[in-house]
Formats: sequence, structure tokens, C-alpha cells
Amino acid sequence: MTVNMTKGQAISLQKNDGGTLTAVRMGLGWQAAPRRGLFGSRTREIDLDASAVLFADKQPVDVVFFRHLVSDDGSVRHTGDNLVGGVGQGGDDEAILVDLQRIPVHIDQIVFTVNSFTGQTFQEVQNAFCRLVDETNGQELARYTLAGGGQYTAQIMAKVHRSGTGWQMTALGTPANGRTFQDLMPAILPHL
Amino acid sequence: MTAELVRGQNHPLPQVRLEVRVSAGKPIVAGATLSDEQGRVRGVEWVAHPGAPTLPGLEVSKQAAADHRLAFDLDALPPTVHRVSVLLALPIGVGGPVRFGAVAAPFVAVTGLDGSEVASYTLTGLDAESAVVALELYRRQGVWKVRAVGQGYTGGLAELLTDQGLPEARQLAGSINEAVAQGLARSVAAPPPRTPDADRSRQAAASAPGPDQPYAGPGPQGTPGLVTPQQSPYDRPGPQGAAAPQTGRPGGSTQPDPSSVAQPSSPTAGGTVDYSHPGRQTAAPPPPPPTAPPAQPGQPAQPVAGDATGWSMEERLYNQVWGMFEDLARTVAAYRSAVDFADSRMEKELDHVLSDPRSRIGGQGDAAREAARAKHMHLVDQARAVLDRDLAQLTAEAEVVEPALPMAYARWDNPVWHGYRAPMEIPMALRLGDLRLPESENLSIPMLVRLPLERGLWIDSGRASLEGTLADSDQVRRLAMDTAVAHAARLLAVYPAGEITVHVIDPAGAGASSLAPLTQSGVLGSPPAAGAAGVADVLTRLTQRVDLVQMALRGGAADSLPPGLDTAEQLLIVNDFPHGFDDRAVTQLRYLADEGPAVGVHLMMVADREDAAAYGPLLDPLWRSLLRITPVPDDHLADPWVGHAWTYEPSLVPANSQVLHQVLAQVAAARRSWNR
Repeated sequence: MTVNMTKGQAISLQKNDGGTLTAVRMGLGWQAAPRRGLFGSRTREIDLDASAVLFADKQPVDVVFFRHLVSDDGSVRHTGDNLVGGVGQGGDDEAILVDLQRIPVHIDQIVFTVNSFTGQTFQEVQNAFCRLVDETNGQELARYTLAGGGQYTAQIMAKVHRSGTGWQMTALGTPANGRTFQDLMPAILPHL
Repeated sequence: MTAELVRGQNHPLPQVRLEVRVSAGKPIVAGATLSDEQGRVRGVEWVAHPGAPTLPGLEVSKQAAADHRLAFDLDALPPTVHRVSVLLALPIGVGGPVRFGAVAAPFVAVTGLDGSEVASYTLTGLDAESAVVALELYRRQGVWKVRAVGQGYTGGLAELLTDQGLPEARQLAGSINEAVAQGLARSVAAPPPRTPDADRSRQAAASAPGPDQPYAGPGPQGTPGLVTPQQSPYDRPGPQGAAAPQTGRPGGSTQPDPSSVAQPSSPTAGGTVDYSHPGRQTAAPPPPPPTAPPAQPGQPAQPVAGDATGWSMEERLYNQVWGMFEDLARTVAAYRSAVDFADSRMEKELDHVLSDPRSRIGGQGDAAREAARAKHMHLVDQARAVLDRDLAQLTAEAEVVEPALPMAYARWDNPVWHGYRAPMEIPMALRLGDLRLPESENLSIPMLVRLPLERGLWIDSGRASLEGTLADSDQVRRLAMDTAVAHAARLLAVYPAGEITVHVIDPAGAGASSLAPLTQSGVLGSPPAAGAAGVADVLTRLTQRVDLVQMALRGGAADSLPPGLDTAEQLLIVNDFPHGFDDRAVTQLRYLADEGPAVGVHLMMVADREDAAAYGPLLDPLWRSLLRITPVPDDHLADPWVGHAWTYEPSLVPANSQVLHQVLAQVAAARRSWNR
């Protein structure tokens, strides 16, 4: 069962049967820009980028994005940059895999962000979504729709943070502006 | 779904309004001819070309380009037209390539107006041709179909058009070339070629990265610059290359229509038709890897040797070792970053306690300091527990992997060496030694480098590598030469008999005792060269060999090398550099280091960089091009993921062990029996 999350909503990443999740995937999908006329190569491609920032006690420690695809400890992996988007019909165009068991002990929060590298606002992007999937069985845990997101070029999607012995996810959905995650740092800090 | 056509194959077309996309690495001319039921082009008005780009129902580009899109509306063609041939030609007289063999294989795709691909075809196997019929769109029983043709013409457009029955073929070909040349003169310079391989021109058509994406260059993950062990399992075949053999797509292999199997109307460039699919290799599926038994609940799975992907046990073990290497690097990175964080947090908290005036009275300050230390200890303990868990798992894996390693990957004390038999194939990789980190003294990872060696080895006999060890410089030189001999003996043993020849330059004879195993067993190509004359002789011979093989490869005549040439790979061991070297010899050595690896000539220097200091920075590129290893454990190698400094320890033959002599005696015997 999928939860369509709304802003500020928090869900625990405990499985229904009481076990904890071991691996989750943050997927990002959007529809490619429609082809234009005779010179199709000049279509204004839409390039959205997913990033994950790892925090230890509110200090950014590591980041996983298209220029650093694997966190140094290997627990967070980006599957690779997609420059144009796909069909936007449920498939992920970019994904970040998080191995929750392997995250170093001092990391207590991971913030996921989405940026429009090519500068289109979310109003111009069709069928964009972000979702959280249980990697072990492919079940979708939560989904967040981006399309119609207004005049913003970035969004701070969600954070996954430690709570007790397990992990919890909170949907943030805060709009922001920026080309890469660095531009978003001031906007991220209040959510930690 | 796209049908990837092979030569002669046809495919139905779902719609009549289509585009044909062409992509080649270089600017080419694209055109189309219409022909009637008899396959004749009735006149010049039935040819669309850059000089006359528009005909009813179709349009082609006005000039030569690397990428084309030709538009077709098959319903709008005159009813007498039964076939449309899409032709490609190289522009004449503009200084570009004159044969398709010299450019990347052109790729053509039939797409709908929305860009969805219907069928595609890669024109492989072209050579001296300068014009080619790529595709035919033809009418059969009221339905349009596409056929991959790939018929080339060495005589260019004139011959192609003549073949299609056009009376004024020669004049038309001339006017097309003139129109193209004018078009090129008007247009801006052709873009630089992206990459020489054919696959890239195809990607360029699918999604050409625009100028507004400045980060197309490799990121930190892709820069191997700071890394010494450059050969990771990830830079072998590209992702596409790796995936291609495994993805058999049943949908792509549409059966050719037997009634219309393409017979090119009059084959001029002749030869057999190649039906093999360019993008698909067939090979027997590999035997399944050994699988680990299911884990007990709450326990990690028992490790199994060869539990990685690969087409052979050897490849699986190679990937497994590299996987262990990466896992160890990352788990230690996690531990170190947690400890660093704990340290900096404690420091900050202690500073805070110090700067707070209230803490100076009473026990408040002490309590706060105590709390900060406890927090620090708690986090470090947690991190250590995770590290210990991971190390235990990796150690268990190493314990099953190490005995299972084949000779080329095995330590000298592995029993596999006692059952030595000359191998029949060159192994994937070679073990140069062991790698370990301070956190994992008991766990060492085999350091495997790919064969044939991509870069030479420099065994550092300098004192710089010896901080803190008791050996004096003579001992180090001796150890360095022993290391070189162990590596050379391993190479000789793991190559099939006679497929590697070892040369030694030992100008002053200083390495004679270390070299004894090689010289006594008779596995050397020639006795160690001594004196300036010997040095010059060996270097000249090897330089000539590199020249010859390079010339042969560049000329595409690898089979016309002189009969006396030794086709085996060559390894040159240089002891005591630069003694006995004059300027000419140094230049030849640098040439061998730069050009040799590509043509199978490898360098192993046993040298102290200080000795060559007189040459100044002249030799810096030489040292940098070699992989530096040391005869004693030294932490100078970085991993490609996080850049830890790893302690390297060479694989040496255990003291008093006869294994080296036994193996080399068998190598020599195998060479004799193979007569090499």
C-alpha cells in the first residue's frame, strides 16, 4: 500500500510485520521534454538531479550526487545522472539507494533533494514524482508528486533520520531555488 | 519496440509518415532515389539530393552533416514509385575521408514523427566504398516495408546511380558533389569527432548533450588520477559492452521474409553477406556461480569463494577480490569518519565548557567534561563494533577465497604452485602483492593488476622507502632485485609456454645472485646484458621491435611482420639504472616506457630515483608512468574509491622454499617441448 504523503507527514520505516527496513531507494522520475519540430536536438531537455546529503549532528559530512555517486563509506549510492528524463510513468529516472544497515554510526539524518539543473521550474515539468521504495521487495512506501510545484527550481523532498533503533522518514516538500544541492544548504538547515 | 535489422532483413512499417535518422562520426551526404516496379530510376527528377532536396513526399538535407533526418510521406509519392532507396555518400574533394572503412560505422534508424524508433540498422563491414545504399523502403502488396541493404560502391555516387539504371548518372553525381562542396564551404567547420568508436555516434543521435550541460566531464568518481592501482573491475568493458552479450532480446529478431531476402541487384564490392548481428555476441552461458548456502537467521551468510559475477571462475574470483577491496576501503572510511566526527564534537564541547564562566565554579565543569568524553567514547565504541563486525565477515571471506585462487592470483606459499602445469591461456590478472590498512592488520587483500600490464613497474630500491626499517641500502637493493625476480618468474609461469620473453639489463652484474633462479633454469631469452654495449644492444633490439609492430598495426598489416620476429610479449628488467646508460639509451628507455605497453613490451625498473637525480626533471615522466612498488612494506598506494593509503607488501617466495626453482624448471621444460 502506498502512502501519498503530504508536507510534514512522518512515517516510520518499520515494516508491517515489525521488522526494520534494511535498504531503501529514493526514486525520481519525470517526463522528458516533448520533441520540438525539425531540429529535435535543440529540444530544451529537462535535467532533474537527485541528491542526498548526510548529516551528523547537523553538520554535513558527505553528499551523494551526480559528481560523487557513492558516499565514501559505500552505504549511499546514486545510480547515475539522467540528463533528459524518461516517460514519467512510474519508472525512476534517477535513484539513490540507501543501505540503512551500513550507514556509519554518527550519521543521523539524510536529506533528499531534487534540483532542476537546466533551470526549468517545476511548473514546466510533466509527471514529476519522488518516491521511497523498500529495496528488498520493491514495495513503494511513499510517493510525493512534484508536478505543478510552482515557480521553483528545487525541492527539499524528505529526510530519513534515526529514531530509537530504527529509522523514520519525514516528508518535507519545501520548495527552494538552486542549481545543485550546494545552493540549497541554507534552506536545508532549518529542517534538521 | 525497435527491430535491430541485420543486412538483408526487412520489417513492416506501421505508418507512412516517417523519418529516417542517419548518424555517422563524420559529415556525410544523405539522399534518396525513387524507382519503379522494375527497380529503375526514371530520371534526375527522381533523385533527392543536397542540390535538389525536396521531392513530392520526401525531403533530404541540403548539405553534408554527421547527423541527418530525412522526412518521408510515403502516401504522397507518385503511384508509379515502388521503392525508395536511402543512400549515403562521403563528400568528394573536401579533404575528408574517402572510404567508409575510415569512419565509424554509420547508423540509420526509421522513426515515427514522435521520435519512436521502428527499426534501426548499423552499416558494418564497409571498407573501400565511398557510397552506399543503406535502406530501402518498398511497397509490397499495398504495404510499405523497410529493408536493410548496406550495398556499397567503391566508384562512389556515379557507380551507385548507374547501378540503379539512371541514364545521366555521371553528370548527376558530379552536380551532387558540387552542391555538397558549396554547402560545406558555406557552413562552419565540422565539429571535432567525438570518439572514434561506432557506438558513440549512435548515442549522439539518441541524445546529443547540448552545450548547456557543462558537467559532461568525468566527476571525482571517474578520475583515476590520484590513484595508483588504476585497474579496477569497473574500467574494463564499458557498461554497454558488459551488458550486450547477456541481453538476448527475442523481440528484436524478426524473421526475414523468405520471399524477399535481399539480393543486392548487382554486387560490385562483392563478398559474402554477413548475417551476424553487430550488436549481439553469442556465447554459451557461463556455468552458474557457486551460491552461498542460506544464512541462519540473525547470522551473516557463510562466504563462498567465487561468489561474484563473471564468465569464468577466474573472472569471478577477480571480481570478488576487487569487491572485498572496495568493501574494506569503505568500511574503514565509515569508521574513520565516525571517529573524526566524535573527536571534533568532543573538542567543540570541551571548548564550550571552557568558555562558559559558570563552569569554573563547582563541579559543573567537570561533569560537563565527563559527559563529553562519555559521548565520545560511546560513539567510538559503536563505530568500532561495526568495524569489527565487517572485518570478521571479510576475514571469513578471505579465508575461503585465498586457497581457491588460481596460480596467477595465489601467494607463493599456496599449494596450487606445487601442482604447477604450464597454462594454455593468459590469465586475466596477476597478483603483485598484498594490501592492508592499519585498522586491519590481520586481513590482507590480494593486489591484482590486469594482464597484459598496462603500465610498467618500478621497484624502488631507494632508501626513501625504508623509513624505520633496519635494512641498509645494499640489503634493499638485493631485496628489490629479489622482488623483481619473483614478479618476473610469476609472469613466466602464468603465461603459456613461450608467450613471454624476459630480457635483463644488469650493467655491472650486481644482481647476479638474485637473478640466479632465472639464469640457471634457462628461462631467459638471452643472458643478462652487461656493460654499455650490452645495454645499447638490448634497447636497440626492443626499440626496433616496438617500431615494427607499431608500423604493422597502423598499416593494418599485422600478419606481414618479418618471420624472425618474436611475437611473444617482452619484459625488460633494468637493474641499477642509470649505470651503463648514456643519453641515447635513456631516450630509448623512455620511448619503451611510453610506446611499449601498447605493443606488448613491458618495463620493470629496479632503481633508486636518487641515482638518476643527475638527469633532473627529465626523467620525472618516466617515473610517473610506472607503477611504483616497494621491496618492503610501504604505505604509498591509494585505492580508487576513497583514497586511503594502503600498505603494500610484495609477494615474495618464502625463505628456503624450493617452489620457485621447481616452477621455473617446469616452465623451461614446457618451453623446450613447445620448441620455443
